[in-house]
Amino acid sequence: MIAIAFFVFAAVTLASGVMVIASRNPVHSVLFLILAFFSAAGLFVLMGAEFLAMILVIVYVGAVAVLFLFVVMMLDINFVELRQGFLQYLPIGGVIGLVLVVELVLVIGTWAAGTPGGRLADPIAAAGQPSNAHALGAVLYTKYAYLFQASGLILLVAMIGAIVLTHRTRTGVRRQRIADQVRRGADSVEVRKVRSGEGI
Amino acid sequence: MPEIGLSHYLTVAAILFALGIFGIFLNRKNVIIILMSIELMLLAVNINLVAFSTHLGDLVGQVFAMLVLGIAAAEAAIGLAILVVYFRNRGSIAVEDINVMRG
Repeated sequence: MIAIAFFVFAAVTLASGVMVIASRNPVHSVLFLILAFFSAAGLFVLMGAEFLAMILVIVYVGAVAVLFLFVVMMLDINFVELRQGFLQYLPIGGVIGLVLVVELVLVIGTWAAGTPGGRLADPIAAAGQPSNAHALGAVLYTKYAYLFQASGLILLVAMIGAIVLTHRTRTGVRRQRIADQVRRGADSVEVRKVRSGEGI
Repeated sequence: MPEIGLSHYLTVAAILFALGIFGIFLNRKNVIIILMSIELMLLAVNINLVAFSTHLGDLVGQVFAMLVLGIAAAEAAIGLAILVVYFRNRGSIAVEDINVMRG
């Protein structure tokens, strides 16, 4: 049963990974990326990392993929022009990708042959906690609290950086300037006598 | 049915990582696809980390995977912000034009 689930999730992940890089429309690419993340979350559940699976769905599908989708739809780009030269890079890219796959699979094959029993252990039982989220929290908030804070700091810096990068001050826009309004004194208003029949 | 072990997960992660590299080479002009390929590679790394964490019974791998997840989110945000600014300045997102460092 687990084997069937694994093969389904792995096949969907890899197929949508292929579609991400081969799809003609970037919007379709983003949607396939979402599918890849969903099925990778399924793989995480199979490995016993339920919390990370949920985090993957929330962070990636909920935030990052939507951000990608937003940017793809916001930019007005001629994607047909960008596709040119696609086949030009196909041979070199194919060779490099193939070499990488063969190398990695060879490394895994030799490594797995040398270790007794490639079976996955149960991490929850090892940590002695009721669930994966409990176990992860017990480690994360005690031993790795500084790392956790540092990653939060990095997120803050990224947020500020993104705002600073994309924020622009437009000139020629009439805005209400409250400080100037408050600063006005009595001399900014002048009372004149206007005689009837004549202008100022 | 074969028993699913560590090497199965590692093979999936390896193929996914290679797909990311292949995508970078294939879509040399489109920055958005390149960013998505980087996300795919980070996902492959995360699968590796979680697989080893489960195999060794050590939760540190999952902690590390979570940190990688956070950093990847920050990277995507910054990358897309740079992309938006670049598009506003140049009117295109072709990578081949990004060889000058002036706006």
